[in-house]
Amino acid sequence: MRRRPRIGVLYSRVRVEEKWIFAALERRGVDYERLDDRQIYFDLEAPEPWRHYDAVLERSISYSRGLYAIRLLNAWGIPTVNSAAVAEACGDKMATSTALSRAGVPQPRTAIAFTPESGLEAIEGLGYPVVLKPVVGSWGRLLAKINDRDAAEALLEHKSVLGSYQHSIFYIQEYIEKPGRDIRAFVVGDQTVTAIYRKSPHWITNTARGGEGEICPVTPDLEEICMKAAQAVGGGVLAVDVIEHPERGFLVNEINHTLEFHTTQPMTGVDIADLIVGYVLEVAQEKDEIIM
Amino acid sequence: MNAVSCPECVADISLGNGMEIGEIIVCPDCGVDLEVTGLEPAAVDLAPMEEEDWGE
Repeated sequence: MRRRPRIGVLYSRVRVEEKWIFAALERRGVDYERLDDRQIYFDLEAPEPWRHYDAVLERSISYSRGLYAIRLLNAWGIPTVNSAAVAEACGDKMATSTALSRAGVPQPRTAIAFTPESGLEAIEGLGYPVVLKPVVGSWGRLLAKINDRDAAEALLEHKSVLGSYQHSIFYIQEYIEKPGRDIRAFVVGDQTVTAIYRKSPHWITNTARGGEGEICPVTPDLEEICMKAAQAVGGGVLAVDVIEHPERGFLVNEINHTLEFHTTQPMTGVDIADLIVGYVLEVAQEKDEIIM
Repeated sequence: MNAVSCPECVADISLGNGMEIGEIIVCPDCGVDLEVTGLEPAAVDLAPMEEEDWGE
């Protein structure tokens, strides 16, 4: 017997994006459930309750909660948006860089080192200034622009005693003099649906850090690099951050798999929430007993 | 009843229409982040603090 799809939405907080997503699900008459990641648990011997979902949209703010949840769901054959493989490729900057490199997508020069000594050597190999980033992190937190050897030595020493072993994985990128902005492009499936410039006089342009949005036209060149970047990490619903290099053109800086769009949706008029819901329903439709 | 008291500063707060459980509001008096934990009756609690792996 054919039936309508049942969707789970895994979330941590009801931000405005979640409100828009819930509203889009309700407008479309979708049978869905809200799954607060603080209240759920998984019994590995009892996957059946989870198999009631034809797809789960993962919107956790916590990278680790979201990742472990969708790893389990995918292992049980439950499709998720995005998949665990995509979250793994996007949530760890080293994994993203590796995927982009493998696919030949232009990106800033990047080095990885595991000790303060080799980190300093890598930094001086790239040349000052460089940017030191945590391999897992978001919203522009703990980014450091290093202008000289004194700062490099101090930062590497501090990071090596920060507590989490991940801070001793030194992810180092060349610093790129941006034109006071970067680009945040939104990919849903096989299309770059919209983009904004994030403008800031500060070198960190994240809107979470005060960067202001402005509509950015999706040119064929931007569309091409965004689609290549999205495909490099496995595709799905993604936000691709692009830097405009004065000589080398577009470079992909990072890719986000649980995107925020509270600035972009009202600014561009593109209903990203509804596009995401449409994509989740397409993923759910892969189960042959589903009717839409 | 949509009136609640801020657990941090005991300010009187009125929850507006269209609120959802799990939504975050800011106390207008002390500025602390509050999570809406109930609607009928209205209830709020201190929102979880940002953690290192939070983001998008």
